[in-house]
Amino acid sequence: MGLQVKTAWQRGILMAVGPLMLFAIWYVVNAQGWVTPRLLPSPVRTLQSIWTNMAGGGMGHDFWRTLVRTLQAFGIAAVAGVPLGIMIGANAKLYRSIEFLVDFFRSTPATAMFPLFMIIFGLGDFAKIAVAAFAAWLVILFNVAYGVMNARQTRLLAARVMGASRLRIFRDVLFYECLPQTFVGLRTAVSLALVVIVVAEMFIGADDGLGKRIIDSQITFDMPQLYGTILVSGVLGYGLNLFFLTLETRLVHWAGRS
Amino acid sequence: MNALAWFTPGTHITVRGLRKAFGGNPVYAGFDIDLPKGRIVSVFGPNGCGKSTFINMVAGLLPIDGGEILFEGKTIRETRIGYVFQNYREALFPWQRAIDNIHYPLKLMGIARPERERRIAELVAGFDLKFDLHRYPYELSGGQQQTVSIMRSLAIEPEVLFLDEPFSALDYEMTLIMRDQLQKVLVARGTTAVLVSHDLEEAIYLADKLLLLTRRPSRIAEFLDIPLARPRSPATLTDTEFVRIKAHALELFQTAVRGS
Repeated sequence: MGLQVKTAWQRGILMAVGPLMLFAIWYVVNAQGWVTPRLLPSPVRTLQSIWTNMAGGGMGHDFWRTLVRTLQAFGIAAVAGVPLGIMIGANAKLYRSIEFLVDFFRSTPATAMFPLFMIIFGLGDFAKIAVAAFAAWLVILFNVAYGVMNARQTRLLAARVMGASRLRIFRDVLFYECLPQTFVGLRTAVSLALVVIVVAEMFIGADDGLGKRIIDSQITFDMPQLYGTILVSGVLGYGLNLFFLTLETRLVHWAGRS
Repeated sequence: MNALAWFTPGTHITVRGLRKAFGGNPVYAGFDIDLPKGRIVSVFGPNGCGKSTFINMVAGLLPIDGGEILFEGKTIRETRIGYVFQNYREALFPWQRAIDNIHYPLKLMGIARPERERRIAELVAGFDLKFDLHRYPYELSGGQQQTVSIMRSLAIEPEVLFLDEPFSALDYEMTLIMRDQLQKVLVARGTTAVLVSHDLEEAIYLADKLLLLTRRPSRIAEFLDIPLARPRSPATLTDTEFVRIKAHALELFQTAVRGS
């Protein structure tokens, strides 16, 4: 036990080394004036900017708005993608017939769809959410279908020989079989939704959100705020990924072990 | 009613005129056999002769092209069967603990929890388990996983148990232990069992009757009685009678491999 705590502690220190080094190099480069401070503000000023923006500058609100939009887009994508993915995966002919379409649109940059979605849904919030949802939906659809297609045949056969009906096989076996791959899809989808939402906030007339703050910082040449908002966006993305990863290891404990 | 509703007393599985072809190549072309009730039958034969095809058809996992298979006059749908797969890793449900895996077939039958627990406790008593059933399958060794798999197939008290090379993925030491475990449970319960094995020693060791198949299209090369006393133990393997039966079966096997 003592040894474990020590190694966990050691791992914590090791993990902190990289970020601390980055800040140290950043500090030195800035202090020595190797890069003009107009392009690279000091890390202290950047952190200060995050602090003041969070405290009263509305950054908390922007963070929240971006998070909400991302989760809305993700939610729509998941609700529409998981059942359909299961259906497609369970039907080999259906899968083959739309495989190319899904692959094609999955490979199309979501940002290329912005103007189209603006025409269809207008300039409001929903256009942003819709385009992010569309991109995330394809990722979820593909992964769930893939998970279902690659379900272990022996397991389905085992359920059948035990007398499980088609519905029971679906609910008791197929659903769990595709869960690991579903989670891969969900995690990829939430990251993609965030990317699309942030870009959409920059270019599809948003009133708030981290993307809007980033573009405003660029226009006003507020470099500490620009750097600070980038870091905060990173925290949001990392946090979402970590959340899903934790959920995954808890819910899909057997993934990669069976 | 069809003619096959009649069956010889002591016979559990009646196979008549069984036909099966894969891509135009017949594997079974009019195959007949009677498998005895409450006995263990091992199926052995040359590679690719359709041993697994045979039990999969009898177990209803693989459609047949023609012929009839009846269990004391009943169809497979009317018969409670258990099936143990070779690949226990892919047969167990890794999202359920071992004990819940064993509960599952009983749950499918709509049996309430107290009754399920009673039956499983009885089942567990017949095995010498040296591991915790509240673990997940992936936390268990191969032998332990296959034990859980066998327990799951026996939980419903099947009339017939099918085993498709159940121990071929295990090491020799574990195989010896598992054979004895299986023998003990099957003999104690008097379950009819059909076992496919690619190991002649194992096929004879476990069987009351050894079904030797020819190359495809498969015919019966021989349907041997194995009159060795039970319980058999690893010492049986060096018993003169065992050695004699094995030598005889090997000779028949070699003839079967050479073809007709």
